[in-house]
Formats: sequence, C-alpha cells, structure tokens
Amino acid sequence: MTFPSATLLAQSALSGVFIGSMYGLLGMGLGLAWGLLHIINLAHFGFAFLAAYLCYQLASVGGIDPLLTLALIVPLFFALGVAVQWLLSRFAVSPLNSLLATFGLTAIIEAGIQYFWTADFRKLESVYSGQKLRMGGLFVPIPELLTLVLALLLGFGIWAAMRYTNLGRALRALAEDAPMAAAFGVNRRAHALLLAGVCGALAGIAGVCLALSFTLTPSQIYAWVGVVFAAVMLGGLGSPLGPLAAGMVVGVSEAVTMAFASPSWAPIVSFSLLIALLLLRPGRA
Amino acid sequence: MNTGHRLIRWLGAALCICALLTTGVHAQSSQAPIKIGSTLALTGPLAATSLVHKVVGEIYVEQLNKRGGLLGRPVEWIVKDDQSKPDLARTLYEQLLTVDKVDLLMGPYATGAILSAMSVAQRYDKILVHHTFGIPSLAKYDKQFPAWSLGPDPANTVPTTVFNALAASPKPPKTIAVVTSKFPSVHFMSLGAREVAKKRGLNEVLFLEWDFGNLDYGPIAARIKDAKPDFLWVGAIGLEGNQLLEALNKIDYAPVEHFYMYPAPGPMSKSPLAKNALSMTVFEEHPPFSNAPGAKEFIDLYHERAAKAGIPDTNVEVQAAASYTAWQILEAAVRATNSLDDAKMAAWLKANRVDTIQGKLRFDGPSNYGDDLMRVKQVQNGRWVTVYPKEYAAPGATLLVQ
Repeated sequence: MTFPSATLLAQSALSGVFIGSMYGLLGMGLGLAWGLLHIINLAHFGFAFLAAYLCYQLASVGGIDPLLTLALIVPLFFALGVAVQWLLSRFAVSPLNSLLATFGLTAIIEAGIQYFWTADFRKLESVYSGQKLRMGGLFVPIPELLTLVLALLLGFGIWAAMRYTNLGRALRALAEDAPMAAAFGVNRRAHALLLAGVCGALAGIAGVCLALSFTLTPSQIYAWVGVVFAAVMLGGLGSPLGPLAAGMVVGVSEAVTMAFASPSWAPIVSFSLLIALLLLRPGRA
Repeated sequence: MNTGHRLIRWLGAALCICALLTTGVHAQSSQAPIKIGSTLALTGPLAATSLVHKVVGEIYVEQLNKRGGLLGRPVEWIVKDDQSKPDLARTLYEQLLTVDKVDLLMGPYATGAILSAMSVAQRYDKILVHHTFGIPSLAKYDKQFPAWSLGPDPANTVPTTVFNALAASPKPPKTIAVVTSKFPSVHFMSLGAREVAKKRGLNEVLFLEWDFGNLDYGPIAARIKDAKPDFLWVGAIGLEGNQLLEALNKIDYAPVEHFYMYPAPGPMSKSPLAKNALSMTVFEEHPPFSNAPGAKEFIDLYHERAAKAGIPDTNVEVQAAASYTAWQILEAAVRATNSLDDAKMAAWLKANRVDTIQGKLRFDGPSNYGDDLMRVKQVQNGRWVTVYPKEYAAPGATLLVQ
C-alpha cells in the first residue's frame, strides 16, 4: 500500500463529505418519522426518487431551473407525507407493519416511475451540471455543494425548531409519552400529520439533490436503503443532525478507505465502524 | 336467361373458391402455434437493457409469422418477467416447460439469469439459445448456444483485440490503469486485461476494484487522476462508466485513452464526457454490418419500435444485434432439421454455421463457442463507430486519440 498524496486524500475526503451529506439528507426525514412517529417509512426513498424524476421532468422538459422546482415539489411531497401518515394512523398500523406497508408503497412508486419514465437511465443536464469551484488543488462540484448546504441548513433549522419552539417541544413530548402530552393539551393527530408532512417535504428536497448529482434509474431506489439506514441508526432516531453527522462519518470513512486501499474494502470499513460505534457508544440500549 | 344462368354459375364458382380459400386459411391459422418461452428482466435493475431484447423479440416473431411461421405453424412468444432475479428466472423457466408447455426456449437477459435457465434446460434436455452470456467457461451444458460472440477465451482475446487497436493507433500507450467493478462478467475480463497488458510490456500504474452498486466514484476518480495513465481500462457495466466519467469531470480530469467493457450504450455515446471512449461491438449501424441480409430492414423496424417503447437510444448496437442473432440461430436450427427435436437441432448447430447479422457463427469450439467476433468501437461525434479492425471500421473512421 502506497501512501496517497495530500491532494488525493483531501479530494477523497471532500467527496466523502458530499456523499455523506446526501446520506444525511435522505436519512433526516426517515429518522424523524422513525423516532418521533414510530413509523419506519421505507416509502421515504420512493418519495425521494419520485421527486427526483419530477425535478428531471420539470427541468429538462419544462425548462425550469431545478432549484425552482422545489416550489412545487416541497408542498406536493408535504401533502404526500400527510396522506401516508393519515392512512397509517387511520388503520392503526404498528411500527413493524409500517415497514411492510411502506415497502409495498415503494414498490408501487418504483413501478409507477418505470411506467412513466421507463427503466432507462435519465440524467438531468442543468446549468449546475459540470460547474465546479477550484480551491488550490481541490475541486468542489456545485451540485454536491448545494446538497451539503441544503442538508446543513435543514439539519440545523429543524434542530433549532425542535429545541426552541413550542411545536418542537410538543413533538418531543409526544414521542416520549403520548398520553401525558395529550393530557397537557398537545393534539397528537395534528402534530403527527404536520411532522409527516415535513418528512415528506424533506424527501422531496433530497430528491431534487439526487436529480442534480446522480443519473436516475428506478431500481436505484434500493441502492441507498442500507447505508442510509445505517446513518440513521448510528446518528440516533428522532434527531435531525444525528443522521447528517453519521452520514458524513460513513461517507468520509468510505472515501478515505478508497484513497488508501481497494474501493471494494470501503463498505467493510464503514460498516465495521458502524458496529463498533453502536457497541461502544454511551447509553446504548 | 342464359346470361342469368351464367351469372349464377359464376357466382357459385366464386363462392366455392372463397369457401375453399377460407377453409384453407382457417386450417392454417387453426394449427396450434409453436410456443417459444423465455423470461426477460422487465422490472428491476436490468430492465433498461431487457426492454431492448423485448422489442427485438417482438420484431423477430412478427417477421417470422409474416414469413409463414415455423414448420407451417404460427409462432407465439411467451415472455415472463423475471424481475432481474436469477432465482425467479429458474422458477419461470420451469413453469414455461411444465405449465405453459412451450415447444422451444429462448434465453433470458444477462449471465445470472441465463445460467439459471441453462440448468432448467439441461434438466429437461431442451436446446437453449441465449443472447447475452458473458462467462463462456461457465456454459457447461452441451445444448446451449451463444449469440454473444465472445469466443471461448474472451479474457485473453478481447483485451488482445483492444491492445492491438491501441498499438495501431497514432499514440500507443505505455502506462495503464485497470479499474473494475466486481460484477462477474466484467471482472474476469479486467483481470484478463491486466495479464495481456503485462505480457505486452505496459506499465500498470493503478489497479482498483469496487463492488457493483457503488455510489461514490469521487475517490476512484481522484486516484485515477493521481496515477495519470496513458490508457484507462474500465471494467464497467451499465451506468458505472458514465458515473466514473462524471466523477472525473468533477475534478477536472479527462482520461487520455479510455475503454469501457459493457457501457450503457445510449448514455455513453450521448455524454460529452465520453469523447473518444472505446468499447467492444459485434454490430453497429454502418457498413459492413448493415450490409448483412435483413440488417437494413431490422434497423428501420427497430428505430420505429424502440421509439414507440420509449427507449431513449434507438440505435441498433451490440444488445439488439445479439438478441436478433439468437432468434436467427433458433430459426435456422428448426428450418434445417424441419423439426422441433432438441437433440436434432443441437447436433445440426454443432455441425453447421449459421448466417446471422453478426456474420457466420459456428458452435464447434469449447462450450459451443466459436470465434471471438468482438471489434473495437469508439464514441465519435456523439455516436458509436467501429474503428478496429480496418475491414469492419465505419467508412472513413479511424481510432482517434486525444
């Protein structure tokens, strides 16, 4: 094994930060719904890809700037999130069953995407594609930078809202002890619908970021599930910043492994790290 | 009166002729169709390419029925969705033979599913013609026949063709980087490329492997840029090649000479980053390939049907051509033996050559593989053109170097 140059190492680490922010952005909504609503929403990945395809359609066919598509995608996916939550609570679906039900929904979304856009690859060519900043010997691609900025803004924004607003306190109280929170006047149903809507909107934003940086194909939905789940579990359920930090740890550890050794070792290193952290972190269950 | 009688006679005769003709047509169409069964990955990760095989199969069966079918009977193609899962393909082939009672089999798409179908065909002693099997050494069944003309030792012959093409180029490379997905049918070819490169005295400056499904190509791109090879061999399948090119572009690097084993043909030729990218082919839409009998008609029909099916790239290239070839092989075997007897058809195929749009194919080598017909193609002005060997090159095309 030869030691990589500083530029190679830094460029790889930067790549890890960017992919980690994508893991974190995808994991944010998933982790919030899991931790606070006790819903393991696999359809979150389906929603993200549906949003990515919508962004692709609006931008490449409609000629709209991909970032402007957020104006349509965010409210639409907020509504979708609310609708799914309403259905799950209407039929009192348990957390484990929510996993199965939303997996089924993901398969339906995948089939729908394949029906409308075919299974072939779709690549969004936008004004951001191929744009990059140069910092010394390092290159910073603009689409990835946008993902990182959005992930950080959303992560810190939601964290602040959860910590410093009455709404956030109510949501945390509901997750902790729903009957007690209800006794204090917290409307469980309305808060759950609102949070599910926010999670849906987060999936929509993640989808736009996916469309900006990645080539789309319907089956890619499942490629993200394992590593994003790992980031959510490592970062902590119900936390907006945890999955982001964990995603970056996973992303950077994979990228640095690729810089030093064979890229095929990357998942072994990152998942070994995940197991170690889960075993050794304080306050583990 | 006489005129009236004559008219009645004529009408009677005309009616009799019509009745006879109708009976004849009815007798022909009422014959039970010959059922050909196969699966394709109509959903799942392999669906994009499988759609090409579905369109080609439909075109071929339609053409076959227009020619009167096989053995005077119409042909019906039963195709099931194996969801890109080899284990499901096995079950479905079993079902095709035992429930649907198909007369003949056609292979599914991709090596894993073909291997599954092969085991079922072997159990029922059925002939299996397949279009896209990538690892000849695994094809042990004696009644399987490949249309993917790799030859029996592609890990040696395919890289040799590529390096011969580069050696004949204006700027032969001295250093090489081999980066490869661990996807089985490309991985062994990349390992073969390393061996051939070593024998030819190329200095290997980088060797990397990644797992199929890798999401981050940034660090791989950074290592390629760091190694600065004259020639980059990419053992990529599907979109991996494009993903790597995009990652290289993000760090402002364009490979000097670059080869991709099994790229997604449309996305790669359309990508501005893939300028001068090399790959392998058995057929492209230009002479001499398009001069093969039936090729022109097939190309025109494919353009129309692929567009209708929503396939973004409607050009006939390796996948579509291999698929068409597989049907040609099956038809040739049935016609030559005038039967649906699997043993007779297999024996005939081993002893004879079949005319296809790829050229004349033989099946008398190890694992029923014949010649390696892979040629080198290159992305030039947004389309693939064959550049090596000279006799298969598109008119006026030569291998371009950055």
